[in-house]
Amino acid sequence: MKIFTLLLIVIAGLASTTLQASQAIEQLQERYRKNGVTTFVALDGKALWYSDQNGRSCTTCHGSSPTAVGKHRKTGKKIMPMALSVNPQRLTKTSTIEKWFLRNCKWTLGRECSPQEKGNILQWLQQL
Amino acid sequence: MNGLLKLLRWSTGITLLGCALVIGFYGLSASSIASGYKENHEEDEHSRNRFGFANETNPAYQEECGGCHLAYPPGLLPAQSWTVMMSGLDEHFEENAELPEETRLEILNYLAKHAAQAGDKILRGSKDEALARITELPYFVRKHDEIPKQRVKNNPGIGSFSNCDSCHQNAVQGDFDEDRITIPGYGRWDD
Repeated sequence: MKIFTLLLIVIAGLASTTLQASQAIEQLQERYRKNGVTTFVALDGKALWYSDQNGRSCTTCHGSSPTAVGKHRKTGKKIMPMALSVNPQRLTKTSTIEKWFLRNCKWTLGRECSPQEKGNILQWLQQL
Repeated sequence: MNGLLKLLRWSTGITLLGCALVIGFYGLSASSIASGYKENHEEDEHSRNRFGFANETNPAYQEECGGCHLAYPPGLLPAQSWTVMMSGLDEHFEENAELPEETRLEILNYLAKHAAQAGDKILRGSKDEALARITELPYFVRKHDEIPKQRVKNNPGIGSFSNCDSCHQNAVQGDFDEDRITIPGYGRWDD
């Protein structure tokens, strides 16, 4: 009985973080729609993620797949997976998501990502 | 004769009394200075841990800066260095580490408050007041001159001297004690 209760709490906990993540993504995509984006395409997000930008790519630090653990290219610090299916702790706060998009798009692409690009990537990370 | 003796007694008495008063006042003022010193000293002990670094932590600093690298104890660089560093976060050692202005200021205040002060051993021999790299401080260089550079740079468990916590496992608290160093792939450091 105790084990059952514990299991229920764990499941509820996991479900609530996943819910938080999907709410944060929904909020951001709503914002991007107001900027004129109509649909979010997961495959386009994937293509951008793996694209090579003069030797730089999302994979430089995030590793071979968003479902795997990455490593910061210089400091060696572990970067936990970005895919919600393996790491429901990710993508739960809109301000954190936007902060990392700003930093990482500028580093990787040399410019900010468009609302369309950000929405696509979120779509992909959520489905993966 | 009697009058002369009286005068001598009086003057001796007054001189002795004067001396006693002076010594007494001196003693009182000295003890109050000492207690004032003690209070300051205690305060200092509270704000610095046993390794001489700030006790105070800052959640924003831990999250924003510690997200990519060791949240270096602020006492490793002087305030001027932190100020310069925090005003160029869009090009932070070839990384983009931009922050919202409010967070940037909060972190800068924390760093400046606990920065290295003139006279701290870490700044010995350092002439550049806005030096950006801890690893270029003369004190740092001197302390690491026995370690072959390749042992750090070609070591997949370290990569760079800037990753303090690869070898100083408790670096985040400012513990750089020589007795607690483990070099990945080589084991404990024995001086």
